[in-house]
Amino acid sequence: MEKYLYYPGCTLKTYASSYELSALAIAKTLGLELVELDKWYCCGAVASLAQDDLFRYLAPIRTLVKAQEHSNKVVTLCDMCYNTLQHANLLLKKNPQSLDTINSFIEPDSYKGKVEVYHLLQVLRDFVTFEKLKGFIKQPLNVKLAPYYGCMLLRPRELAIDDPEEPSVLEDLIIALGGEVVDSIYRMECCGSYNIVDNKELVSNQVSKILYDMKDKGCEAIITSCPLCKYNLEHSKEKIPVFYFTQLIAIAFKLPEEYYGLVSHKIDPKYLLKTKNLLR
Amino acid sequence: METIVVKMLGKNYEVPKGLTITKAFEWAGYHLIRGSGCRAGFCGACTTIYRKKGDYKLYTGLACQTLVEENMELVQLPFVPAEKEPHKIDNLKPSGNVILKIYPEIARCLCCNTCTKACPQELEVMDFIQASLRGDLAKVAQLSFDCIQCGICSVRCPADIKHYHVAQLARRLYGKYLTKKSKAQEQRLKEIEKGKFEKDFAEIIALPLEKVRELYKKREIEGE
Repeated sequence: MEKYLYYPGCTLKTYASSYELSALAIAKTLGLELVELDKWYCCGAVASLAQDDLFRYLAPIRTLVKAQEHSNKVVTLCDMCYNTLQHANLLLKKNPQSLDTINSFIEPDSYKGKVEVYHLLQVLRDFVTFEKLKGFIKQPLNVKLAPYYGCMLLRPRELAIDDPEEPSVLEDLIIALGGEVVDSIYRMECCGSYNIVDNKELVSNQVSKILYDMKDKGCEAIITSCPLCKYNLEHSKEKIPVFYFTQLIAIAFKLPEEYYGLVSHKIDPKYLLKTKNLLR
Repeated sequence: METIVVKMLGKNYEVPKGLTITKAFEWAGYHLIRGSGCRAGFCGACTTIYRKKGDYKLYTGLACQTLVEENMELVQLPFVPAEKEPHKIDNLKPSGNVILKIYPEIARCLCCNTCTKACPQELEVMDFIQASLRGDLAKVAQLSFDCIQCGICSVRCPADIKHYHVAQLARRLYGKYLTKKSKAQEQRLKEIEKGKFEKDFAEIIALPLEKVRELYKKREIEGE
């Protein structure tokens, strides 16, 4: 079994527990061992845009310090965690002076700048490969799925896990799982993100635009990798089930149903799955 | 007697070397009616802040556990202001975001670790705030078990978190909802309610004090 350090992030331990549940289950099936870091810290959720605001980089760097004690490969599931950790990691690798400043503050700890941060999608695509993943499929997903990337996996360009203008990782995954790709021009449109806290109208406008287009093109469900995108997409008048990619892989693998994590959906996907004979 | 000069509340006093901050205040004539308690480092009442000459840092500590130094500048806090959100434990559930709802400022934690550095009990304060963010009540309870609620963490925190209130809430939730219930304790409570020990108690209460002391010394202590 190949070992990766796993950084869950706070949301995966609360609101998005079905994401973690399904991810750990499919990883095990694929021969990946995701070992949770014994100590980790909230990534801060939003990466600081000011590069000299080093205080904002402390939390991700403290996590990377804990990681480097065990391995140089850290995997995340949450897009925002990926973005924030990677942002801090790349910035400080590029700016040794800033890294020195942070290291002198976090003494006696010290970050050596050697850790690589991955999103699980990258690990599946680049190390496991979708070709190998196909071999575990027991029930191909005969569902029309719209990939939804949002922002955090692709922007800014330096830390994108795929082509930031023409990404294909989710499409490739859908095809590997036997699903049908529904192409929407809004697959990379921002869902409104944390504005849900104090500007629900903005989020509602964004999400309605996205979902209306996807529904118009015949989409039956949405596939995403971000807990906040999922939360926002589910809070709309258009009722389309939203899945984490790991849930759909677990379904395609026909793992025991408790690993699908179908309990935390605001828009219940069970009816869809039953009509498609994917759920008993 | 060797003496040193320390500045208390802006005035210089000559006090004997080797006194704690609490005792130095009293030597100088102050009568501490707040900001002092057990004098043994257990109660957390004597939170103090001070500076040392030629040192840029603001120091914190327990006045009863910190010795005065030459040219220290001292002030004794009567108490640490930190609002505790009223809550009824019966109306709460030990869910993942229960603490975040009551103390949303925990999400402002930047991982600077100032709280941990300041804790006189040497607790991993930052780590239990982080655990509370992800709703890991067991971890918060475990890491904060020895908290004496002196409030130094909350005085120093740049994110204005009230660490010790957060930890207390987590311990209460953990104690009420998540810890294993002791069957022996339940049974004993029932026995007490039924009055099993009332006769024994009445006998002890009727004894003269000397006899009670004797009995206390001879008492059997059960193992865990």
